[in-house]
Amino acid sequence: MKENIIKVENLSKSFDISSKDPGLKGTIKHFFKRETKNIKVIKNITFNIKKGEIVGFLGANGAGKTTILKMLCGLIYPSEGKLAVAGYLPYKRKTNFLNNITLIMGQKQQLIWDLPPIESFYLNAAIYDLEKFEAKRRIRKLAEMLEIDKELYIPVRKLSLGQRMKAELLAALIHKPNILFLDEPTLGLDINAQRNLRKFLQTYNKETNATICLTSHYMKDITSLCKRVICIHKGCITYDGKLEKLLKRISPVKDLLIICKTDKDAKELCNLGFAIKNKNQKEITITIKNDAINFTLKEILNKFDIEDLYINEPPIDEIIGNILVKEKV
Amino acid sequence: MSNLNRHKIITLLKVQYSNMLEYRVEIALWAISGIIPFFMLNIWTNNNLNESINLSNTMLSRYFLSAFFVRQFSVVWVVFTFEEDALLGKISPYLLQPLNPFFRYFAQHLAEQITRLPFAIIIALIFFLFNKESFWIPSLGIFLLSCLATFFSFLIQFLIQSIIACLCFWTEKASSIERLLFIPTLFLSGLLAPVISFPEYVRSWIYITPFPYLIDFPANLLSGNKTNLISGLLMQIFWISVLFPVFKKTWSMGTKKYTAMGS
Repeated sequence: MKENIIKVENLSKSFDISSKDPGLKGTIKHFFKRETKNIKVIKNITFNIKKGEIVGFLGANGAGKTTILKMLCGLIYPSEGKLAVAGYLPYKRKTNFLNNITLIMGQKQQLIWDLPPIESFYLNAAIYDLEKFEAKRRIRKLAEMLEIDKELYIPVRKLSLGQRMKAELLAALIHKPNILFLDEPTLGLDINAQRNLRKFLQTYNKETNATICLTSHYMKDITSLCKRVICIHKGCITYDGKLEKLLKRISPVKDLLIICKTDKDAKELCNLGFAIKNKNQKEITITIKNDAINFTLKEILNKFDIEDLYINEPPIDEIIGNILVKEKV
Repeated sequence: MSNLNRHKIITLLKVQYSNMLEYRVEIALWAISGIIPFFMLNIWTNNNLNESINLSNTMLSRYFLSAFFVRQFSVVWVVFTFEEDALLGKISPYLLQPLNPFFRYFAQHLAEQITRLPFAIIIALIFFLFNKESFWIPSLGIFLLSCLATFFSFLIQFLIQSIIACLCFWTEKASSIERLLFIPTLFLSGLLAPVISFPEYVRSWIYITPFPYLIDFPANLLSGNKTNLISGLLMQIFWISVLFPVFKKTWSMGTKKYTAMGS
């Protein structure tokens, strides 16, 4: 049985947030007396993550996903609760702990803007005490995997967003971390770049058995990388388990697209009492519960002359979009 | 804090120097903008003010040229870059590396000083062209001690600004606090006038602050003017050893307040 590499128990985080009324009156009042509210953004969450797992954190904007990642990697201090990552208290930021982790934020960069990425890679290699030869070997390997060999010597400011993101990834992985915290790593990338990045992360996970904690608004990132998801709503965990199970629970239906041979059949089919989602001449889409699929298919095939038939899952974005705003899953 | 070694230091300096070379024109302009001591020299000599402090024109010229050099190699701007980085959350990735982010800023300053060197030498040569009688070559010992005193001056200013920079974990606009120090630094450091020109009772107060050890002491040492070498160096070391633990404490307290805004 795999060990838990991340242990979180009753973890909470509060921030003091000041508020200001609009207008001049509000500004003057704010100048003399600042009103601050203590807001609990993470509320007593508990979960464990096993070594080598890829876990996706799902939630709407402001749900608390990034705050959780920031606490897990040691960037911010928790207000209450227990937290251990690879046996360390993250916020102490001990050297051995930092050598084991990395944080990649889609909207933040660590590469030196006016220099080619290779300079930042050498700097990071030195910071992590890597031998020159070993650093070169790792840079070569990661550059091949990320397909950015040619961009290593071009100033960062001249690289495209996708190339820059790959370079950021290389800079963040040069020390071979065992735990990766990825906060929207595919933000702003085109579809090809997103796919390549996902492929790279899968390979990295497979080759190094690294644990990956990921937040993303691109559902494809979650569905292709994560078997397990943790749903966050207003700082609380609303679901923690397999993605597959969640999708089944949330969406126990399938769409059936039936193309009839004649208009008459199409008309009759519509009158059978199915939940019709869409109708376009001879093409009818009906929604059926998963457990009624066999029976319904038999009935339709026996009664009508069918030209073609497709069984579709409802769009994942639609399903997950619904989860994000629910307090209980 | 972090385990620095030779390889880390050299790589940090090399990378930051490459970065600074990208801004060489900007740095040249900064070097030129630091010629305030030459304006002050002009004011002093044209009004024969040097007689009141028993300094010849030549020695005064050397003092202000030395002040220019000391200033060139002790300019600190960490508070501004750090504040921006902290407020925009740019320091987040650096905080998760086994090297205190201030080493990056420190290396940036050193790299900038190396980039400034040729421009400072050119300005000095032009100065000597118009003030031939002021030309002098200090002894190797004095030169090395002046370099050490200038480095200490840089360290004091770097620590003061770093402490103020850490306050941005609480106040967000810490650089405004730094501006409070601008006037005393300008007047009491010896940039506008040698500290010796102040009345004696004022001087006795000035010497217990860190300001005269920023410009006046290293500039007097380099120019060959009368100065107390041992007491000057000891006072510099005293201020460094007072400021360093304050910085460490402010840093460790400040990072606990860090909210990684902007991400």
